[in-house]
Amino acid sequence: MVWHQLKRNKLALTGLAVIVLLFIVAIFAPMIAPYNPNAYDLDSVLKAPSLAHLFGTDDQGRDVFSRIVFGARISLSVGFVAVSIYITIGIILGAIAGYYGGWIDIALSRLIEVVICFPTFFLILAILAFVGPSIYNIMIVIGLTGWTGVARLIRGEFLRLKSVDFVSAAKASGASDFRIIFRHLLPNSLAPVLVSASFGVAAAILVESSLSFLGFGVPPYVSSWGGILSESREYMDVAWWLTITPGLAIFLTITAYNLLGEGLRDAIDPRMR
Amino acid sequence: MLSYIAKRLLLIVPTFIGITIITFAIIQLAPGDPVSLKMQTGGPGLKTEAFAKTVIAETKKLYGLDKPLHVQYGLWMKRMFTLDFGDSFKDHRPVMDKIVETLPITLTLNIISIFIIYIISIPLGIFSALHPKSLMDKLTTFSLFVLYSLPSFWVATLLIVFLGGGDYFNWFPIVGFMSDGAESLPWYGLVGNIAWHLVLPVTCLVYGGLAFLSRFSRASILEVIRQDYIRTARAKGLSELTVIGKHALRNAMIPLLTLMSTLLPALLGGSVIIEQIFSIPGMGRLSFESVLARDYPTIMAIAAIDASLTLISILIADIMYVVVDPRISFEGK
Repeated sequence: MVWHQLKRNKLALTGLAVIVLLFIVAIFAPMIAPYNPNAYDLDSVLKAPSLAHLFGTDDQGRDVFSRIVFGARISLSVGFVAVSIYITIGIILGAIAGYYGGWIDIALSRLIEVVICFPTFFLILAILAFVGPSIYNIMIVIGLTGWTGVARLIRGEFLRLKSVDFVSAAKASGASDFRIIFRHLLPNSLAPVLVSASFGVAAAILVESSLSFLGFGVPPYVSSWGGILSESREYMDVAWWLTITPGLAIFLTITAYNLLGEGLRDAIDPRMR
Repeated sequence: MLSYIAKRLLLIVPTFIGITIITFAIIQLAPGDPVSLKMQTGGPGLKTEAFAKTVIAETKKLYGLDKPLHVQYGLWMKRMFTLDFGDSFKDHRPVMDKIVETLPITLTLNIISIFIIYIISIPLGIFSALHPKSLMDKLTTFSLFVLYSLPSFWVATLLIVFLGGGDYFNWFPIVGFMSDGAESLPWYGLVGNIAWHLVLPVTCLVYGGLAFLSRFSRASILEVIRQDYIRTARAKGLSELTVIGKHALRNAMIPLLTLMSTLLPALLGGSVIIEQIFSIPGMGRLSFESVLARDYPTIMAIAAIDASLTLISILIADIMYVVVDPRISFEGK
């Protein structure tokens, strides 16, 4: 039903198409990239875009197009893994709070409030200062700090649904709590989570590229969009392509996920239309 | 209403304890020996073996990391309550001094930003709600959406290239909170100088928040307009201006109040990047520099203070909420 609504939303479909395309690029990066993203070529340093180098070259003669193609792997995997982690945590905690209510709900709601109190980006930076920056740590830390929104959504949906007839019927027929949560309540509350996942991937990609931009993300030899942008700052006046292309890549990816999220929300929640 | 406020005040106690526990848990992540600390810092930051050793030794001493856990937690609680976060590893000045110097700058930056976000996005939201599906509605929604998806560090970089000297226009300063020696200017000169410095950073902090708030106020007004009392107001012949301005707006604005408390942590986090790019000597920049230098006392103090500030702003928003809308306390939230 959601898909049926979504099909009519051209912008959301465009977003979906861009996302699929990006995944194809990321998976087949070695075949698509014309050069080795780390191959130095000191004969062609800071060359403007041309047929040989579609997006030009950087200060070490590396092909920017190839680096951006490989950078898609970092951005997409961080977005996907981090959001999967926090959706899992959010669903479990939100379901427990919403289903059992009472003091469990009060305790978990306090926990949510505590985590919300920390500015996410700074919390991520602070934890990375202790455990060290690496792509895996970035994924895990975004995952561990981002779950509150999903938990609140699921909690709210469960509170609303648990007194609905079909749930009472399941209870009366002796279904276990586990079965009620996973077979009856969860499938009926997942739609808003889908929306928040789509926006969440966009946000996670933004966080990763910001961290790499600040020099606190993946190591410099790994191509990442934020990293390319960060290196470009010294050459802004002579090499505009170094600033424009990675920025556009980040912007397009984030826009695609946000468009899909908007489309999903419109499809699910007609009030916003 | 008073009982609601009392209940609400009591609820911050467990939340505050939660904040102390989370910050305490972060300290436990501190690397145990210089080798593992060096391993982590392949990128920027500390380089020398000797410095890594000092960091580890001082961290252990400061937080009593060789003592049993409950003693460590007691020590940390004491630090949070007395606001004594020790001395910075970097320059050995008391951490609180550094925070007292930088916090006003960050707060100025963020309060101005929140104010501008509200001033721009609420009228946009009202307009869109009153003319739903019009060309203007679609256009503003779409352009705010595009702005929302633009990474702020990229926009900041581009603004610096085009408006801050580079090869193009040299309209705005790109470094600092005010010019050197601006303190000696008369007050209007000082305010003007700070404003001139803040144009670009505030722009970067503001544009992303517009989409969220204007959409929210649009939805909020659309919902209120469908209520019975609005139909009644129209039916009894009130002018459209009175119906919207007096009846609809006041009710629609209530949910917007609580948003202020969610905006604050987002902006405090975002201002880390913006302050770093524009070299503004605020708490955001301080936090990034202490992260780079593994200056653990400063990091922990900022985490504790940021979280407490947000907690206070959530509390204020909740209390304002009942003061503005008495219905809430009766529902016994």
